[in-house]
Amino acid sequence: MANLQERIVAPLSGIGSAIERGLAYLGGLTELLGRAFAHAISSPLKRRLSLQRACHQAMVIGVGAVPVISFITFFIGIIMALQGAYELKRFGALQLVADTVAISITRELGPLVAAIVVIGRSGSAFAAEIGTMKVTEELDALETMALHPIGFLVTPKLLAMLVMMPCLTIWADFMGVLGGSVFGVTGADYTFQSYFGATLDALYMRDIITGLVKSIVFALVITGVGCQEGFSTGAGSEEVGRSTTAAVVTSIFLIVVVDLVFTAVFYVTGGA
Amino acid sequence: MMSSTPGTGDDSPPATDAPAGPVISAKDLRVQYGDREILHGISFDVNAMETIVILGGSGSGKSTLLRTLVGLEKPTSGAVWVGGTNLAQASQSELDSARKKIGLSFQGGALIGSMTVGENVALPLLEHTDLNPSTIEVMVRIKLQQVGLIKFQHFMPSQLSGGMKKRAALARATAMDPEILFFDEPSAGLDPITAAGIDALILNLKRALAVTIVVVTHEMASAFLIADRIIVLDGGHIAAIGSIAELKQSTHLRIQQFLNRVPDSDAEDDADHLKLFD
Repeated sequence: MANLQERIVAPLSGIGSAIERGLAYLGGLTELLGRAFAHAISSPLKRRLSLQRACHQAMVIGVGAVPVISFITFFIGIIMALQGAYELKRFGALQLVADTVAISITRELGPLVAAIVVIGRSGSAFAAEIGTMKVTEELDALETMALHPIGFLVTPKLLAMLVMMPCLTIWADFMGVLGGSVFGVTGADYTFQSYFGATLDALYMRDIITGLVKSIVFALVITGVGCQEGFSTGAGSEEVGRSTTAAVVTSIFLIVVVDLVFTAVFYVTGGA
Repeated sequence: MMSSTPGTGDDSPPATDAPAGPVISAKDLRVQYGDREILHGISFDVNAMETIVILGGSGSGKSTLLRTLVGLEKPTSGAVWVGGTNLAQASQSELDSARKKIGLSFQGGALIGSMTVGENVALPLLEHTDLNPSTIEVMVRIKLQQVGLIKFQHFMPSQLSGGMKKRAALARATAMDPEILFFDEPSAGLDPITAAGIDALILNLKRALAVTIVVVTHEMASAFLIADRIIVLDGGHIAAIGSIAELKQSTHLRIQQFLNRVPDSDAEDDADHLKLFD
């Protein structure tokens, strides 16, 4: 009997502990982001310096990611068109390939691919940068100079991400549609003009907005997780590697969860 | 237990009531990591413009004491007054105000790796003052001149040697003209000539800036050269405190062992081996 109880209670206890850890992690993320926002509005001098640093971060995060996002979403656009055409051709509806690509790219793949690229480039870099600064006592040095590491390091990254993620998402949408148009022109009797015309006809403003809303939440998640993992780095250089890996894995997991939640909400509220 | 004003037993005064006399005052200071107490009720004062060296072996608690004196560690109990603020009870804004009056030169420099040497020195001035960029540029050059690094203003920290990093960190620590300068192992890991150069630099700054200086080190030669008084820490306790002459005359076994570089006696049996780890 005791053994049976143990077999039932132990897994439940494990699940409970995992949920508790997960909630604590999300609480930590929320607190970190809240404090980063608070620093952004703390004083005119801090605001000016944060904006200067945010501009620098925006270049690194946004402009630096354009080439790789362009290539990936362009290819994904072609792949989506090919996959869509395979099925649509069976129903004699090949002309709908532009609609299929437009909707799947703007609502889902554009924001998701942009986020995954930004996680790989910047989320990991946030964790590595802050983690290394912790190991080399640079965070302590900031504190002894009465500079708050969150205001100094997280706020500029957050501001830059909130601006650049939607921009990168719009660019990813455009490149995905451009990729789809290559198939449309070469394999589905479209011209570039008619393909983009069909794309605009297929899209509603809410499709674009859905993707942009997701991209803003992704920006919060990527910045929060990257910086939180950096701050939680322990002693030693191997810890920097651990926190960088954790930042990438956790960010990807959380943006997929967030994506699922938002897609479900948009569907239930009639946005889908 | 917690004494908030030096010399009194009052438990809850405001954290910024400046005590008259010493610029640094620790009262029954205890610091604990988890279940392990590192500092066991330490009390001492540092007077204005005095240079005090905290000496001790590995694991003696000197780095923890330094971190507590600059507010990076909160004491478990006791009070630590720095520049008129009790860091044990200070709010974040009080802690920030206190930190603007101090400068800390870290063991490894702790220069911000993504900024040039000049930008590192300019950082506290940019963040805490409304000075225009040209004035800050002049001040940065003055600070770098003081430490002999004027030609390295545009170098990245990774391009500097260990001694140069320490000097650059010192320039940054003095950027805001602090009242108290802290040094963490200033000559550790340096060759004797460079280490002597750092000692000479500390003495020059002491004369030029008329600041209170607290140095944490385990280098005896360095301590004897720069100290007005020395605190010897052993196992989280103060083993001795006094001038160099007083220390040399001390008959305290641990101090004599430290001064004369005498190792701990070898363990003879299992019980002795275990004692060595206490």
